[in-house]
Order: sequence, then C-alpha cells, then structure tokens
Amino acid sequence: MILRTLTTAKLAAAMATAVTVTAAPVSANECIAPSNPGGGWDFTCRTIGRILTDLDLVDGNVQVTNMPGGVGAVTFAMVASERPDDAELIVATSTVGITQIAQGRYPAPLGSMRYLAMLGADVGVIAVDDDSPIQSLEELNAAMMEDPTALVTAGSSGAGGWDHIRLLMVADEAGVDDLSAVRWVQFDGGTDAVTQMMGGQIDVVSTDLGEIAGFVESGDIRVLAALSDDPIPAFPEIPTAASQGIDVTGYNWRGLYTGGDVSEEEYASWVERLETLYNSDAWQTAATESGLVPIWRGGDEFEAFVREQADVMEQISRDIGVIE
Amino acid sequence: MEILSLLGQGFVVALSPLNIALLLMGCFVGTLLGALPGLGPVNGVAVLIPLTFAFGFNPTSSMILLSAVYFGCMYGGRISSILLNIPGDEPAIMTTLDGYPMAVQGQAANALAISGVASFIGATTAVIGLSLFAPILARAAIHFGPADYFALYILAFATIGGIAGVDPRKTLLSALIGLLLATVGLDPISGVPRYTFDSFHLYDGIEPIVALVGLFAISEILMLLEKSLKNRPKAIPVSSWLPQWGTIWRTRWAMLRGSGVGFVAGVLPGAGASLGSFMSYVAEKQTSNKKGTFGKGDPRGVAAPEAGNNAASGGALIPMLSLGVPGSGTTAVLLAMLISLNVQPGPLLFERQPDLVWGLVASLYMANITLLFLNLPMIGIFTRLMMTPTWALMPIVAAVTFVGVYGISNSVFDLKMMVFFGLVGYLLRKMDVSLVPLVLGLLLGGDMERNLRRAMSISDGDWSILIASPISVGLYIVTVAFLMLSVWLAVRDHRQAKSAPLTEE
Repeated sequence: MILRTLTTAKLAAAMATAVTVTAAPVSANECIAPSNPGGGWDFTCRTIGRILTDLDLVDGNVQVTNMPGGVGAVTFAMVASERPDDAELIVATSTVGITQIAQGRYPAPLGSMRYLAMLGADVGVIAVDDDSPIQSLEELNAAMMEDPTALVTAGSSGAGGWDHIRLLMVADEAGVDDLSAVRWVQFDGGTDAVTQMMGGQIDVVSTDLGEIAGFVESGDIRVLAALSDDPIPAFPEIPTAASQGIDVTGYNWRGLYTGGDVSEEEYASWVERLETLYNSDAWQTAATESGLVPIWRGGDEFEAFVREQADVMEQISRDIGVIE
Repeated sequence: MEILSLLGQGFVVALSPLNIALLLMGCFVGTLLGALPGLGPVNGVAVLIPLTFAFGFNPTSSMILLSAVYFGCMYGGRISSILLNIPGDEPAIMTTLDGYPMAVQGQAANALAISGVASFIGATTAVIGLSLFAPILARAAIHFGPADYFALYILAFATIGGIAGVDPRKTLLSALIGLLLATVGLDPISGVPRYTFDSFHLYDGIEPIVALVGLFAISEILMLLEKSLKNRPKAIPVSSWLPQWGTIWRTRWAMLRGSGVGFVAGVLPGAGASLGSFMSYVAEKQTSNKKGTFGKGDPRGVAAPEAGNNAASGGALIPMLSLGVPGSGTTAVLLAMLISLNVQPGPLLFERQPDLVWGLVASLYMANITLLFLNLPMIGIFTRLMMTPTWALMPIVAAVTFVGVYGISNSVFDLKMMVFFGLVGYLLRKMDVSLVPLVLGLLLGGDMERNLRRAMSISDGDWSILIASPISVGLYIVTVAFLMLSVWLAVRDHRQAKSAPLTEE
C-alpha cells in the first residue's frame, strides 16, 4: 500500500505541474500555432511574436502555444466556442487552413473568425524532370488537353489539397474539361515528390518552391511556371503562369486570424500593428531567410481575398468530387 | 576517402561539450536501464523522448542521447541475465541460457567480462558497417518507388514473425492491432476522417510518441508495481570481479561469428536485436556445440548472442536512417522521434543533414569505447544499482512520462491517450503478446498504406505495378526466403525436444 501511495503522490505532483502550465496568465498576448513545434504555423507564431515584442508593438512578450489537432480544426473550434472576443489572441493560419474550411472540415464556417493579414507566402510552382520532353507550360497543358490521364502528377498534399487544386486551376484555365481524370499522387512533402520524379515514377510536381529550391538550383528539375503575380526575386528566370497566358496565382500564404467577436477598433489595431511589423527590416529578413516572399494583404482587403480563395477551392473540390 | 572526411566532420559535431555530456549520460543511463530487470531499450528510449522535447535539444543531440541509451541498454541487458537469470531486456534472453549457469559455477566474473567484450566487438562491427553501408543504401534508395517501399514494408512485417519462441498467432494479432490503429485519422489521400469518432483530436491520427510512451513506459510501471509485491530476486554473489583473460580469448571466434550474423539480422527491416541474438546463438550452437556443453555454462554461448544483439541493434539503424524503415522496435521509436522533430529519415537525410547522420555515427564510436569502460572496470557499480527497489524507480518514471508528454503538446487529451495505451499495453503483456509488432504496425502502417495507394494512383489501379520493378521482386524473394527459414527453424526446434524454454519478456 505504501508503494501505491507514493506513486500516486508523484503522479499527483506531476499532474499539478501540468495544471499550473495550463493556467498561464490570460492577460498576455498569445499566438496559437495549431500544430506541433516546427513547421509553418509554428514559424509564423514564433517569428511574429518575437518581432512584435522587439518592436514594442505589444506589452511584454507574446506567448506562443502549440495546439495541434485536425489540421487546425481543434484550435478553430476552441476559439469559436471559448474565446471569440479575446482580442489578445491571434492564431496562425495559411492556405492549408482555408482549404480545410472550404471543404467543410472545420467545425465552424469561414465567417466565424476575423482574418487579420497575410505577411508572406511560399510561391507554388509546376515542375518537370530535367530530362522530360515537356519544355513549357503550354506543352504541358497541350498534353493534358489531349489526354488528361496521360501524365502522373504529384505534390505534397492529398487529393483536393492545395498542391492538387492549384495544378487543376492551371489545367482548368487552359481548358482541360475532365479535371477529375488527372492522375494525382500524394507524397509526404515536396522533396519526396521531386525525388520520385527524378527516379522516374511520376511526371509532374506541383508544390511550394521553398521546399524544392535546392533542386532548382542544382538543375535537377525544370520549373515550367511560378504561380505568382511577379517573378520570384530569387529565381527571376522562372516565368510566371500569367506571362504564359494562364492567369492563375497559387500562393501558400502565411497569415493570422482572431476571434469573430473582436471589436472593430481592436481588429483595426491588430492590422495596423501587423503592417508596421511587415514593413520592418526584421520581418523582411526573417521571411526571406526562411524561403518566403514577403507579401502584404491586410484588413478588409485580406478578408475579401480569403473569401474569394475559399470559393474557388470549394468549386474545384466539387468539380473533382472531393466534396459533394 | 569521402567517408573518412564525412566521419571527421561527424566527430567535430560529436565532440561539442553538450553532445559529449549527453553521450556519457546516455551510456550510463542506458547500461542501468538495460541492467534493471524489465526496463529494456524500447521502454528506456520511450521514457526519455519526452525529456528531450522538454529540454528542447536539437535533433542531432536528441539522437546522440537516445542512441547512446539504446546501445547502453544492449550492453547492460546481460548483467541481470547472468546474475539473476532474468533478462534485462528482450534480446538478452539468449544470454541467460549459458550466462546464468556460468554464474552458478562461480564464473560470474568471466561471464560478465566475456559478454562485455562481446558487446563491444558486436557493436563496433555494426558501427563500422553503418559507416560503410548506410551511405551506399541511401544512394540506391533514390531508385525506390512507392511499389518498392511497399515491398520493403512487407519484408519488415515478415521478419517480425521470425522471432522464434513467440506464438506466431500472437505476433500476428499484435501487428494487426498496430495496423488497425494506423488507419485512425484523416485519410492521407482523400482527407476523409476514419475512426475519429467526431473528435478533432484524432484527425491527425494517433500520435505515435504518445502511444509508445503509454505502451512501454506506463505498462512497465503497472507490471513492476505488480512484481514488486512479490519476493525480490536474489543475485548470485560475486567474490571477485577479475576475469580470466584466457577464457575470453578462447571465445574470439564466437564473438566474430555472432557479430556477423547479428549484423545481417539487424539490417533486415523489422526484427532487430532479439532476432540477432537468437540467430547468433543458434548459429554458434550449430558450429561449436561438439560436446553438448551449450546451455550448461559454455562461454561461447554467452559471447555469441551478446555480440549478436549488439551488432543487430547497430545494424538496425541502417534501414532506419537511409530508408526511413526501422530495423527494430527501438529504432521505430527513434524514427517516431525524428519525425516529431521534423527530420524525415530517408535517402535525402544523408545529403541534407550530414551533421546529424555523421555526428551520430561518430558519437556511436565514442559510445562503444565509453560503454566498454563502464561495463568492465565499473561493472560493480551497476550490479549494485541493479538492485534498486522499484518503489524508488517507478515514481520517477511516472513523473517523467506525464510531464514529458504534456510538455510536447500541452494537451490533456494526449495524457488520457497515453494512460489508455498504458492499460492496453499492460493487458497485452499479461497475455504474453509482444508489443513490438504492434508498434511497427502503428508506425509503418500509415506509410505502407500510402505507398500502396501511391503505386495504385500511378498505375491507375493496375495491381501488376507491385511486381513491376526488379527491386520489389528482389525484396519479395528475400521475404519468402526468410519466412521459409523461420518455419524450418521452428519445426526443427520443435523436434529437438523442449530444450531451453524461450519465454518472451
């Protein structure tokens, strides 16, 4: 019995420590990364939190909390139900999160949050192996027009994920009718997909440039198009899709939202502070170093952008049968 | 020599003060965990993972610490096998067969020294093999397509079944439970939730680290709580720690043969050290048991399995690092940790993170020398620590696991999940079901499914893609050969009377 009591006491002590951690002060600014440490959302929170503090845009520190689960759904549900009016809370999100919402995989609709701003983006690219007979986006589209099943395409998201959808946006714009016939293979990252393309298993990769930039530099793959408004500063020789007559952008942006019941003044104050942060050298350097292109969209303009993007995603997801 | 210069860089990484400190600590803790009856390498590593997260070590330092613990366990496992006739961990089972009889005959010092030296020879062989073969395999792995990876997973599951002495039906059951658990979460291809019971916490699937810590650490606490109520085992008293070097020298061929056999067993994905020590012992008995002295205290019966299990544990790191497919239960846990730290093992790891790979390899060379020292001159310390009463140990383990797991994700759900898996692990172990196949199922199941479905997407549903490449055909041939070998061994063992009861811890 003594044994058991001792163990229970220790367990209780451990649990007590755990509970204290949860009861962190609510008054401080907090940024929730809806994922485990490491990765994009975590980077967004930690970098923005640090710079907000360094620039004295907030009182004290920004506490970063990791709340993984359901590709952001756990956090989304928590904010919607428990902290919709907490103006000291910001949450990291990105195109990946919006895709989930557009496909109805979050427990609350898009409008239950207020979207603050995007501060940077990974640019989507479409690439083939350097030995591939396909030389341009036009040739790729022609091949898909002739037979949508002829090429095996791949990227780091599942069917209906952002890598898949932005490729289909290109095909759609080019006039490919049967989008659901295009063969799509999911890999656990752009790097894996490119490796498999170099090994001859697949023909086309659609993914973020940041992750596969090394292969572009080494010349192992040929990038047919960057899905951005302007050429990418680090790779000015890569043509944009728009310059080849396909008016499609496919940014994987990084941004933030806050609760839906936050007052108008508090919302505006966040947008203003984030814009100051965006224009700081600290952010421009941090973003570029991690492979992002700094891009600003904030406030109402950003909310409209998010809504439009969600609509496009929903439409394509419906077309290819990912949702009904 | 490209490898030598890479290894040189590795030593620069390994010789940083933090990494040296972690290495020494890992070796000490590992030997101790190995020596304590029950707490084996999988449990030991599973307990320490949350700690590495809590301290925020980088992936390289975390791997150095945990690999040192892993190697240390393999060294330490033999101590309780020899002195208590209780294997310190699963791979040390074979060491009890001749080690304990030697101790009974007053040869404890010799048995401990032989097994210490054999561990060193085996582990060093494996690390040399790791330096030479892992980069080659990594380069070849570029040509592995989804169908080839699928074949590799099939091989991994086939070799788990090859651990003799375990009821194959229970092994199969355990692997199937693992595979079933691996299907929980969002379907990787279409994003449809599976078995999530409308809980968003389950959307990302079952977090392997949480399940592993529960299965091994929590169930261990329950097992030991139960055991400690019974009589504590008595160790055989050792009058002198000085071994006879002549006896050790006479086992040199057994050590080398054991190292070779163990290494090959380790490189095969799936089975790892238990298979390594088993095959080494069987092979040694086959070649050397002329006078029927095996099982009655033959020094070669101690040397071969110890060299074998240490060689296998190092060999198991090869497929784990170069292909991302673990070679044993413990390397499966290490793989889960690396993935949690955003490091994806596989062919590109060698190009992208040479510091991690070669820093680890270099530190393993250093670990072996440290461990030889800990396990020969300092063996007396461990035999005393081995008798640490469980009431002093288990609260520490409990505290570390709870605080550590909570520290990873701040999620109370994860704590509940861990306790749930602890109970599952406890029940399965009470029924003599090995947990290693379950862990491999849970960990490999997702990738196995993804690769199968990728292959199907590429071929547009044509199953013949699975046997379309020479790599996959080769892997299937090895799988079939392995299965036939295990059946043959099992049948032969069955005929050779019921010698040496092989119970699995």
